[in-house]
Amino acid sequence: MARSDSSDPRQARWASGVTPYAQLGYYNPDYVPADTDVLCAFRLVPQDGVDPIEAAAAVAGESSTATWTVVWTDRLTSYERYQAKCYRVEAVPGTDQYIAWIAYALDLFEEGSIANLTSSIIGNVFGFKALRSLRLEDMRIPPHYAATFQGPAHGIVMEREYLNKFGRPLLGATVKPKLGLSARSYGRVVFEALRGGLDFTKDDENINSQPFMRWRDRFLFCIEAVHRATAEAGEIKGHYMNVTAATMEDMYERAEFAREIGSVIIMIDLTVGYTAIQSMAKWSRRNGVILHLHRAGHGTFTRQKTHGVSFRVLAKWMRLAGVDHIHAGTIVGKLEGDPNAVRGYYKTLRDRLVAPDPTLGLYFEQDWLSHPGVMPVASGGIHAAQMPQLLHYLGEDVVLQFGGGTIGHEDGIAAGATANRVAVEALIQARNEGRDIVAEGGDVLLRAATWSPALRKALDLWSDVSFEFESTDVPDAVATPSV
Amino acid sequence: MRITQGTFSFLPDLSDDDIARQIQYCIDNDWPVSIEYTTDPHPRNVYWEMWGTPHFDEVSPSKVMASLAACRKAAPDHYIKVSAFDRSYGRQTTAISFLVTRPADEGSLRLTRVEAEDRRQRYGVTHVPGPSRPYRNGAER
Repeated sequence: MARSDSSDPRQARWASGVTPYAQLGYYNPDYVPADTDVLCAFRLVPQDGVDPIEAAAAVAGESSTATWTVVWTDRLTSYERYQAKCYRVEAVPGTDQYIAWIAYALDLFEEGSIANLTSSIIGNVFGFKALRSLRLEDMRIPPHYAATFQGPAHGIVMEREYLNKFGRPLLGATVKPKLGLSARSYGRVVFEALRGGLDFTKDDENINSQPFMRWRDRFLFCIEAVHRATAEAGEIKGHYMNVTAATMEDMYERAEFAREIGSVIIMIDLTVGYTAIQSMAKWSRRNGVILHLHRAGHGTFTRQKTHGVSFRVLAKWMRLAGVDHIHAGTIVGKLEGDPNAVRGYYKTLRDRLVAPDPTLGLYFEQDWLSHPGVMPVASGGIHAAQMPQLLHYLGEDVVLQFGGGTIGHEDGIAAGATANRVAVEALIQARNEGRDIVAEGGDVLLRAATWSPALRKALDLWSDVSFEFESTDVPDAVATPSV
Repeated sequence: MRITQGTFSFLPDLSDDDIARQIQYCIDNDWPVSIEYTTDPHPRNVYWEMWGTPHFDEVSPSKVMASLAACRKAAPDHYIKVSAFDRSYGRQTTAISFLVTRPADEGSLRLTRVEAEDRRQRYGVTHVPGPSRPYRNGAER
């Protein structure tokens, strides 16, 4: 594929035609990444007969300055700086895959723009023919770049202070059925779930403004339910009002209406796009409204281990973009998520300084400076009987969302909510008292069920329900069991 | 009614031993512990009266429990809560906060509505001292 018929290396670099990317400087094993570089780890599978180093160099080239042929106009630039450099390629044992480590100079990216960052790094290269598949596994955002983003509109600490809720996970539920309820019926579910003990209820991702329920009607009935439940409980409640719409003008209109009627939180879907997410994050900080993001559509590109973008990268982009909540997996529920990979996502979203840890799928250190943490949301097929594992794996700074696990309770929605709240409080109490909630959590719940009929029925109904399927996306490294 | 603010409002009322164990957990985490009381449980009432300054550098719950006993004596029929504060960088906020005493009759919170334009309502919540409304909010068994 290449041609280099001159013995003078300088002439060879600029000979017209097609030259291997590696030879053009896109592979440089001696390169020492600068503190200011954006670093990426790609998992790639080259086509048969393509040298892995050349394939990795091609990724560096096609995601930065290169095109398929040598162009003389490169010589009008300080191209050495603008070229991305692949500085390491490692085979993944037992597979046809390689991990390529690539460094990008800070100058390549516009400040504070997820759109620009992603257009550069994942813009063209994923369709490159010389590769069979390509996946962006992780990305180190240098602090110099992270600081150019707003970051979470409020973050975990401000959200807790605003809601006056401390020391336990927050509890939520998505209104079901997700499609078809009238606005008035929908508000009934919100009211019962909140008065029963949940902190939040939620619109589903595909509830926007359909013929069976227009957005304004939904918002009015839901806010009635929120305020009624707040008065009944004497604690602050919220409903994530989904303002996802076709245009920014529509989204701003809906968000402003939600704010005016007194909603503490709004939501958007990932499908609105990175730029719209950043706009809504700025709106949310300006207006003191918490911003929930539903990761609708992410499974199309995050799930397969050999092609696409890992969710841990998307989580980083969303922390930069400035959301306050993001769905990040449950470990035990119905949706994809290897336990170690999910723990890695949670650290990425919540911690201030994240150390590299191959067992959690974390390739790089990530320093978030003073950007606050994003509250991860665990949602999808979880129920009260799983509370010990949920608390053990996911910790305290999380929203646990039980949709079916609230609304499906045989004594009604409020009883379902009460069961979840009793379960979480009983386990937090036991954990704080020094009990091992993994070993003894079941006993703690059974004891609480002796005085809580709502929890008793939830345990009777769901204790045997679990979703045991292999994850498709697991970190390569396996934790060595400690002895 | 039974207001459900705080970390443990859905559990049966905590005994003094239960409270002491939670305070020990706070001390083990190096969190100062404070006691606050009020007669106004409005969900937006952030600044309850402080019973002295927070207990820093305690090694056992005994002094905090003594403060709590004194507060209960001086402020009968009040809400009293115990809170702990995490001063670590990146948190610098309350770590846990739970009710330890409630008035004998909690009264009720009344929702007020004022008609506004375009089907909107302006909502307000007002605390009305006892007798309690018979509403059930899940924390009442």
